[in-house]
Order: sequence, then C-alpha cells, then structure tokens
Amino acid sequence: MSADDNKEDISGQSRQNRWLTFNVLRYNPSDPASKPRLQAYKLEDADSMTLFIALNEIREHQDPTLQFDFVCRAGICGSCAMMVNGRPQLACRTLTRNLPAETTLAPLPFFELIGDLSVNTGKWMRGMSERLQAWLHGQEVEVDPRRIEERMNPELAEQIYELDRCVECGCCVAACGTAQMRQDFVGAVGFGKIARFRLDPRDVRQDDDYYELIGDDTGVFGCMSLLACQDVCPKSLPLQTQIAFLRRKMAVTGAGL
Amino acid sequence: MLYETVIAQAGLADKAGKNRWPARLDILQSSTGLFLALFMWGHMAFVASILFGESAMWAITKFFEGYFVFGASHPWLVSCVVGFVALVFVVHAFLAVRKFPINYRQFRIIFAHSRAMRHEDTTLWLWQAGTGFLLFFFASAHLYQMFVWPQNIGPYASSDRMWSDGLWPFYLTLLLAVELHGGIGLYRLAVKWGWPNASREALKILKWVLTAFFLVLGLATLGAYMKIGYAHRAHYGERYTPDWVTERLPDVQQEDAR
Repeated sequence: MSADDNKEDISGQSRQNRWLTFNVLRYNPSDPASKPRLQAYKLEDADSMTLFIALNEIREHQDPTLQFDFVCRAGICGSCAMMVNGRPQLACRTLTRNLPAETTLAPLPFFELIGDLSVNTGKWMRGMSERLQAWLHGQEVEVDPRRIEERMNPELAEQIYELDRCVECGCCVAACGTAQMRQDFVGAVGFGKIARFRLDPRDVRQDDDYYELIGDDTGVFGCMSLLACQDVCPKSLPLQTQIAFLRRKMAVTGAGL
Repeated sequence: MLYETVIAQAGLADKAGKNRWPARLDILQSSTGLFLALFMWGHMAFVASILFGESAMWAITKFFEGYFVFGASHPWLVSCVVGFVALVFVVHAFLAVRKFPINYRQFRIIFAHSRAMRHEDTTLWLWQAGTGFLLFFFASAHLYQMFVWPQNIGPYASSDRMWSDGLWPFYLTLLLAVELHGGIGLYRLAVKWGWPNASREALKILKWVLTAFFLVLGLATLGAYMKIGYAHRAHYGERYTPDWVTERLPDVQQEDAR
C-alpha cells in the first residue's frame, strides 16, 4: 500500500486500484462474552488477487486474531469455503476483481463453528462417511499379487472419477435449504459418495443395502430439490442428475416395484 | 400389545426389517401432486370454455352431469369426481406438509437462508410452500362447495357466484395460488426425478411459459364470469339454457328449474 500505490500496467499508464471493504462475521464460540458481530476491513484491490490472499493480507497487516481456514490455495483441499455475500464459495477460487466494493464474509452454516470464518467441516464429513459407510465394500478374497488386476472399462472409470472429484468443502450442504432446516439430512456430498460407490463394480453392495443407508426422509427422500448444491459446487459436480438417479433407484427398490 | 408395536415404540422398527414406507410416501407425494397439477390443466380448459360463450360452457357442464349419455342431468356425478379429487388433495397435503418449516427455528433459518442466498430455486420453493399453505384453506373451501352443490356449476350459476355472491376475490386468490403452486411443483417434479431429462434452464423457461399462459387464461376466464355475473345480477338464481335446447329438448329446462 506504499510504493505500489500507483501501479503501472504494460502500456505504462498508471492505474488506481479500487478499495475493497470486507465485512467479516466475528464470533468466538469458546468465549462466553463473545457476541456475533460484523467487523469491517479495508484493503486495496490487486491484480489476480483472490479472496484467500486478501484474507491473509488482512490477517498479516491488520488483525492477527482473524480466524479462517486454508491449506492448498488452489481449490483442491476444500478448506477455505465460506459464505461470500450470502453464498458458499471457496475463498481461494474467488477473484477479488469479481467482488463488489463491499463484501460480506461469514462462516459456513450447519457445520461446527471454530471461530470467525473457520468451521470444522472435517468432523461432520467424517461422521457422514461413517454413517453412509462411504468406503469400498469389496469381496472378502485374498489378494493374489501374481494375478493381473481386474480391468475396468475406461468410461466407467471416468464416471467414477467424475464423482470422486468432490473435495468435501461443504459448500453443497451450506447452500442446502433442507439441511439448514434439518440437521440430520445427508446432503449432496453424501449422495455423491453413494452414487460413486454404487457405480463401482468392485463394491459388492446392492441397492437394497444403499436403501438402508439413504432410503428415508433424512436421506434421498428428504431432498426437496432446491438444487443450490449443484449451483454452488466449486467442482461443478452433476449433483442434480445423481440425486435424481438415486431417488429413482431408491424409490423402486424401497417401494418394491 | 402387538409385537411390532413394542419394537416400533423402542425406535427399532427399521432395524427389524426393511421399511418400505419412506419410498412409497415419496412416490405418493409426487404422484398425487402430478395428478392434481394435470387435473388443474384440464379444469382450466373446462372453465375457460366460458370464453367461447355461455352455450359452450353449458355443454361442458351438462356433459359432466351425464346429460348427453343418460338424457338427464345427474350433478352427483360431478360430486363423485370432486370427492375423488378432494381425497387426492388431502393425501397430497398430508404428505407435503412434512416438508414445511414447522417451528420458529426452521422458519427463521429458511427465510434468512433464502434472503441471503438469492437463489431462484430456493426462493421458488418458499413460494411453493406458501401457496400450498393457502391452498389448505382455499382449495378445501372450493372443493367442499363443489361437492355439496354440484348443480350450481353453469354459465349463470357460476357467474352469479363470482359477482352476486361476491366470491371473485376468493377465486382470484385461489387462481394465483394454484397456478404458482402447480407450475413450481411440476418443475420441481421434473428436476427431482430427472424426467424429462432436459436442462434446468429449459425446464424453468417452460415452467414460466406455462404459468404465464394459465394465469392469463385464468384471469380472462375469471373476468368473463364476473362480466356475465354483473349483467345477470338482476336475474340472480336463474339458470342458463341455450336457445337450441329450449326449442328441441324442453326437459332440460325442467331439470334446471329444480
């Protein structure tokens, strides 16, 4: 903010960057005296700056107490999801030039709040994985290292990979009106996992088994198809078609049609 | 006490065996909604016949009263249809109410969520829930009226109801609620079950086109009944009989004079 106040671009013209205001929700749940409030931080916009960089700037130069999560900075780890102007987004994939002059930042709802913008998505994701048994249920056979592995059709592998791209950032659950009202709802991330293992020929589970996991109102029949999950997914996963597909399969399996 | 009851009270019913009801109830909620939405399309087509004149609407009401089959009017046939629709309506309402925000916490959170998210499908769902809530009362009142007094459906009888009985605000509210609820509901059915497998954008456009079409048609129809009702206000209670029927089929007049 000192030497490069007036930056020069390639054409040699000096350019004034605009100033951004971030209204950040501050709250420390472990401090009984803490009350949720919005705190404003001002920062000069910079070329190619992401929200993640902006928050680090703020923490480094303005307020070392500001809490937020990040690991990879590249949209892979899914740690930096937060509510940006009311919608869940990954901070590292949000360019500040696409933000209005004033931006509100809040933690993801639904998940356990650690403090400020930091939430414990991992805890919930683990619980969800355990509840849905979101791991490969293979046949109990001894592995023979001398045998050639079972082949998989590349198209099928591609489909499984497509669903495996989920980074468990929690955006889909934070955007889901159903989940906000009903804390025990599985959420799109969970349906994505079931859809993924359902596709996998190495998983021995059948639709009857999956029905036990998601065949009720906390599962796929609880989905009200508000579809914000799909609209905010930073990985653009095909959540609507997957949930609709699971709903059809579970309805047929469950109703005994 | 029944064996199943003991297990169910202990909250272990789902452990004892596969529960088919969640799947059945979900299918039933969607299928009753689909039936009611499609019924409302047909209903709109029939009531809109007034736009083609009194005799067109008269012919349709008489058709449903079995006049052209039995040679005499049997309004109880209409009551049977109304009764069936009412039954489907009650089942649908019973199932759909499960999705409503039902306590203060849920209310506050879904409204704040919807306002902050500015997400069209979420907002549309709130409209669907709100209009659905209105329909508990308005559709019930309408169904009851049609079930008990099916003979009071006709070019003049219906128009008198709109104007002289002063029910047009009731029907205007009902129209808006039904068209919004049904249009959003059909769109939601399509994205919920993935059929027809079209893009959401295309389905959304189709949804709005259909809603606009039925709203315009509905408003025009309501206007037509009000206009006839206004012109007919001095003859409140008198029934319509087309000229061609009075000449050729005098028994119709007697039937209607009841």
